Parts: sequence; structure tokens; C-alpha cells
Amino acid sequence: MHEMGIVLHLAKTLDETAEQNKLTKIGRVTLQVGEVSGIMTDLFTDAWDYFKKKHPMLEECVLELETIPGVTWCDNCKKTYETVKYGKTCPHCGSGETWLLQGNECIIKEIEAE
Amino acid sequence: MKIIKVGASVTQSNDRDAALLREELRAKGQLMVNLMSSPGSGKTTLLSRLIRDMKDVKIAVMEADIESAVDAERIEALGAQAIQVHTDGMCHMDAGMTRASLEALEDDGAQLIFLENVGNLICPAEYDTGAGLNMMILSVPEGDDKPLKYPLMFEKSDALVITKTDALPYFRFDTALCTARAEKLNPGISVFPVSAKTGEGMTALEEWLRGKLTAWQAGTQKEA
Repeated sequence: MHEMGIVLHLAKTLDETAEQNKLTKIGRVTLQVGEVSGIMTDLFTDAWDYFKKKHPMLEECVLELETIPGVTWCDNCKKTYETVKYGKTCPHCGSGETWLLQGNECIIKEIEAE
Repeated sequence: MKIIKVGASVTQSNDRDAALLREELRAKGQLMVNLMSSPGSGKTTLLSRLIRDMKDVKIAVMEADIESAVDAERIEALGAQAIQVHTDGMCHMDAGMTRASLEALEDDGAQLIFLENVGNLICPAEYDTGAGLNMMILSVPEGDDKPLKYPLMFEKSDALVITKTDALPYFRFDTALCTARAEKLNPGISVFPVSAKTGEGMTALEEWLRGKLTAWQAGTQKEA
């Protein structure tokens, strides 16, 4: 259900972009999805394929997903590490004083349209 | 076909709708509080207590659930305005749904509007509803480790209300540890341990809400 909600928001943003740029058909949309955004890409693609058939402007639109890796910053030793592998605890020094730098995004990078 | 660089977050349109809704409510002097928690944490019981205790403030409640109207009926029985919002299976409220709910509420001048979000500690934290305050509830039986499991919810909340403190003798729940974990994620969070059943701790929460409402109406409340 969560993925369908994101598809609806994506479609709304695409509608607005189409209106601003006077587009009638979108052939491709490239989405950047963070590794720790909580978005299940398989489910998301299914939801998209279901939704686009009901939306004339998006009927033939191909969804391309790019992954943004999760990177965490350790405030204690001032180093970064892979979020997915180590979670909240810094593998360099064992500190929990860590913050996610990137990886929870869901950004529409670009669209191909006419 | 031409390529257009968009570079916008998927939720951009929602964020804009939410910001607009927030300003409209501020102009009317109404503070909307987005109340988030797990199912069964005692949201409706807490709201019932607040309505009974805060007779000086006009309160309305929007109960978002996937099904049924049991919660709204409990609130209406206390004399406060309430509507039940059915999300038709959707796991969270967004700004558009909130706006539609506010229209259905047919506002008659409530100062404090509680939006009882769908019982879920995940997606509701990701969508800005247009509320001026985000408040989350964690009940004692759920455990003091929830900030570790659902960090985003704790990061997004202005207040954490720890409910069912009357059950503390029966559970291994460390209030100080839970508070420390929440504050580590969100240094600005206000924590209120309460029992809506016995009334313990309710005064501090009510005073905080009154203060936030006054500040909101004076236009000094920072953006949520």
C-alpha cells in the first residue's frame, strides 16, 4: 500500500511538470531511490505498471530506477561508512553518534516526453 | 521526445499542499495536531481525557482509520466535534486527504484540531499532513526500544507522549532510557509520560498544548 501511495504522488508531480512544459505524453521517467528509503522497488514497479494503464499520458511510460547508496557519517571519528552493512553503529570506532548522509531519498531525476 | 530535468522529490507536490494548508489554518487561528502511533496505543483514550480536561479550548477530532466508526463515536459522546475518515486501505494520511477531511468536518470554530493518523509508526512519518504540530504516542506495553526500531517517527515528532504509565509496574519499561533514546534522535522533542486513566502527568501535557496553541495563534510557532 505504501508503494501505491508513492506512485500517486509521483503521478501528481508528473502531471504538474507536464502542464508547466505543455507535454502530452511521457515516455520515460528516471527515479532515484535511496537504499534505505523503505521503498520496495519490486512492489513499486508493480504498482506503477498497474497505475499507468489508467493514466493516458503515462500509458507507455517506462520507469527507470537508479539506486542512491546509503551512506552514514560518524560524528565521533569523522568517517563515513555503508549504512546497509553496518546500520547505526560505526564500524571504524563503534560509536552510535552517527547520522545518515544520503540514502533515504526518492527523487524524480528526469523525464523523456513530448 | 525531449529530456526534462526535474530533480524534485516525489513528495514535492504533497509538501507544497501541506505548507499551503498549514498557512490557511494559521490564518484562521487553528492549530492542527497530527497524532501518530501504533494501533492500540491509547490515542482515543488520550484524546477523550484531553477533551474532558481542556474545557477552555474548543477541540475537534478527525479519526483516520481503514474501517469502522468506533473511535469517532467515542469522541462525539464527549460532546466534541468528530468525524471518521476512511482511508480505504491507505496506510497514512497525506495533505490532500487531510484537506478533504477538514472540509468534511464543516469546521465550527475549533481551536485545536487533532488528526488521528492511521495506527502505524512508519508511513505517517513520511507524509506532511499540513499539521502545525506532530505528536506521537508510545504506550508502555509497546516497549522502550521503539525509538531504535522506528527512528523517523521520533525524528519528526515535536512531542512524545508515553501513555499507560499506570501499567509500568507490570512491564520492563525504562522511561528514562526511552526518553534518552528519543532525545538522541531528536534533541528538541518534548516527552510527557502520562496515564490518561489516572490523570497522572496530564497537566504538563495540557499546559504544553495550551502554550503551543497560544504561540501558534500569535504566529510565532516555528514551521513543523
